[in-house]
This record gives sequence, C-alpha cells and structure tokens, in this order.
Amino acid sequence: MADKPKVAFYWCASCGGCEETVVDLHEDILKVVELVDIALWPVALDFKLKDVKTWQPGEVTVAFINGAIRLSEQEEWVKLLREKCPLVVAFGSCAHLGGIPGLANDKTRREILANKYQRLPTVENPGGTVPQEKCRVDGYELELPGFWKQVKTLDQVIDVDYYLPGCPPPPNLVADAVTAILEGKLPPKGSVLAPEKSLCDACPRKDSKPERLSITEFKRVATSIPDTEECFLAQGYLCMGPATRSGCGERCIQGNMPCRGCFGPTPGSLDQGAKILSTICSVAEADTAEAAADYADTLADPLGTFYRFSLPASLLGGSRREKE
Amino acid sequence: MAEDQFEPKIVAFLCRWCSYTGADLAGTSRTEYPPNVIPIRVMCSGRVDPTFVMKALADGADGVLIAGCHPGDCHYQEGNYKTMRRYPMLLNLLDQFGIERERVRLEWISASEGDLFAAVVKELTETVRALGPLEWNATAPAAAVVESA
Repeated sequence: MADKPKVAFYWCASCGGCEETVVDLHEDILKVVELVDIALWPVALDFKLKDVKTWQPGEVTVAFINGAIRLSEQEEWVKLLREKCPLVVAFGSCAHLGGIPGLANDKTRREILANKYQRLPTVENPGGTVPQEKCRVDGYELELPGFWKQVKTLDQVIDVDYYLPGCPPPPNLVADAVTAILEGKLPPKGSVLAPEKSLCDACPRKDSKPERLSITEFKRVATSIPDTEECFLAQGYLCMGPATRSGCGERCIQGNMPCRGCFGPTPGSLDQGAKILSTICSVAEADTAEAAADYADTLADPLGTFYRFSLPASLLGGSRREKE
Repeated sequence: MAEDQFEPKIVAFLCRWCSYTGADLAGTSRTEYPPNVIPIRVMCSGRVDPTFVMKALADGADGVLIAGCHPGDCHYQEGNYKTMRRYPMLLNLLDQFGIERERVRLEWISASEGDLFAAVVKELTETVRALGPLEWNATAPAAAVVESA
C-alpha cells in the first residue's frame, strides 16, 4: 500500500460536475484505486484542512483542483495543496479559465451581494443584512471566508503545472492524464492535456461546413430547432467550434447543441472571445456599416456568449468596475 | 496646454497601403496633430484581430484607432470589409465590458488624405481626453491577483 502514489482532489467555486466525471469512470475507478491512493476528496471522504497540514511535502504526488477561486478559504486551501504537492493540475473549465462562476466578473461584488441578499423577490431580509467576514452572535465571534472582488482562475492564485479542460473534462482525458503521471510521461509544464486542433477539425458535421461561410443573422436554440446534420454556423447558430480546443468528444454537437467553448482557446490564442468574434463577424452577410451594425445586434449577449467559460482568463478579465 | 492636463495614449493600427501612407503624408506635409498616437503598421486593417484592440486597452491604452483603405480600395479586395463587419460587434462587446465605445474608432483614410488623418487624430485625442484615463489595470480583475478582500 505504501508504494502507491497518492492523489488529492479538491473543489473550489464549482458545481460538482467535475467530481461527477471522476465517478463517471465507473468500474474503471477501481483500476485507478488499485494504482493510487486517494488522500483527499471532500465530496466523498472526510478530510479536513488540519489533516492536509500534516502531510509531508511530496507525500501526495498530485492535486487535481477544480473550480474557480473567489473566497479567501479557497485561496488558503489551494496554496496549501501547492505547497504539499509536486504536481498541481487545474481540473475543468472553472479552474482552467474561470468557467461559469467566472461570468460573475460581469458584475461588481456590491451588485452581487445586493442582488442576492436584498433585491431578489424571494428574499426576506428586512434588515438588509449582507454577509460579513466577522460578526458577533450571542457573545461569540463568527467568521466567514472573505469574498473577493473578482473570480480568478487557479493559475492567477497559484502556480499550475497542467490543465485538464472541459466542463467537465471527459473521462478518457482524465484517464490519459493519470496514466501519463503514473508513467512519468508528461508533456512540458504548462501544457493543456488535450488535442491542439480546434473543435471544427474533430466535428462530425465538418463536411457540411461550406468553403465560404456566410451568416445573415444569429438564431437561438431557445427559439428554433437546428437541423441535426448541418454545420451550426452554416445554419446561423453561434457555435464556438472555430475558437475552441477539441478533445471533448463532441458531446454537445451530438446532442444537437452548438459548441459553447468549455475547452477554452486553441493554442496561441490570447482571448477566446475576441477570436470567435473575429471569425463569425468576418463572414457576416453585410457590406455596409449599417448592415454590420444590424447583424451585430442580432446577437443578444456577446460577452456571455463569447466568454461563457473564459471571462476571468480573458485579456480584459471582466467588466470595468467602480472602485469599491 | 495646461501642464497637468491628461494626455491620452492612443494606439493606431494603420493599414500599410492607405492609412499608414496617409499618416506619412500628414508628416511630410508638416500637418500638425497631437503626439498622443502610437502608430502600428499592419498589412491590412483586416489583420486587426479584436484581440489586438483588447490587448492594447488591457495594457494601458486609453483609446484605439483602426484605419484602413476606403471600402472598395482594399489592396486585398475585401480585408477592410472584414474589419467593418467586426467593428459593431466589438463595440457591443466593449459596452458590456464597460468601455466607452468612443474610445475605439474605425476610419477609412486613403494615402492622399493626410489632412483627414490629422483631423481624426485630433478629434479622437480630444474625445478620449474628455473621457479620461481608462486605467484598465487599476480597475480590472487581473490587477488584483493577490489581494484578498
């Protein structure tokens, strides 16, 4: 037993879907457990921060950390895991790029707290109380983790060795990563453990993508049903495929949903949103400034669409905010 | 000019065939225009990826000028049309980022329009000066990487 490498799983601002992908290994998880010991996995095993503090540095080989970072508690955990583990893998879109929780960078902290605790019609909070880091209740001082102004990616908080992209990462990529770690066959530090080509290259519909795309306006999957065979862009649905890394197994496409971009930008791209903007607008059916403006207005929420998974990792990082 | 007046930094992406030559003409004609513009020569305005604009704004520019050949005059036939199609979506996106759309301007300036180049630079400089510094790094999330409250 003592010879088996130990691994840790930890979660930050995430939905639990990344934990699910580990469970989705099904029986194969038994093979994983034959090869490694799980030293930390809050979703399934009861370990506390104090247990992790007793680890010898290097005792646990790798930490798979999912979720974006917004709380001081999350910062404390990931910094401790970084200190103890020779390898840290950002697991899933949120740790990699900020993910869905990262869309909160579109709002200020004050707006978020006011909305959540004061404005929502279902909230009953006559005193207008918002969470405080410290408060006194019945003579006891209580503490809550600090809530940062912004959501951050894991690598904006600690040094990250590898990235497993996806929302959630597909089991085959997870298995490949674990195998690579066990066999010591890892690519250069900082690599994203997924193919380098864009999703379009792997897309089952790529043969129906016309040589010269031309889009007149954007349709929405909420109000119309896409054809099940034809390239989404050719039909006028915004598909993030051209600006997104492949390796996901094209699960959304097979479910007749256009790509939403969870695998993040292709290698060399600094900003996934700017890249998809460039792609889909260059092929607009618009030859005047007015027509181009009308075309742009058919897309309801460019920021939320282009940066659905990558706002904290984008060049601008989030909306401009008043100094609080 | 008051000494403490805010001097905006404006990055100008100029197409090599028309607008850069137009800027050159403004210079050789000794037309005066504000020194706030930092010109970057690109082969075509169509080469100006929205990434460039965002990187400029994120890294300290207060405004951006994109200038290319007039529609129909593109050396590569339709490069400037691609720019024209991307520009309104870029502005819509910048709205959501909270960046005033007046900070990013698209103009068609031919090689013979040195005066127009000078006029555009003057106007944009004053517009951005009135808007004030963008200071993206001071207010943006990336600036606060280690700060924890």
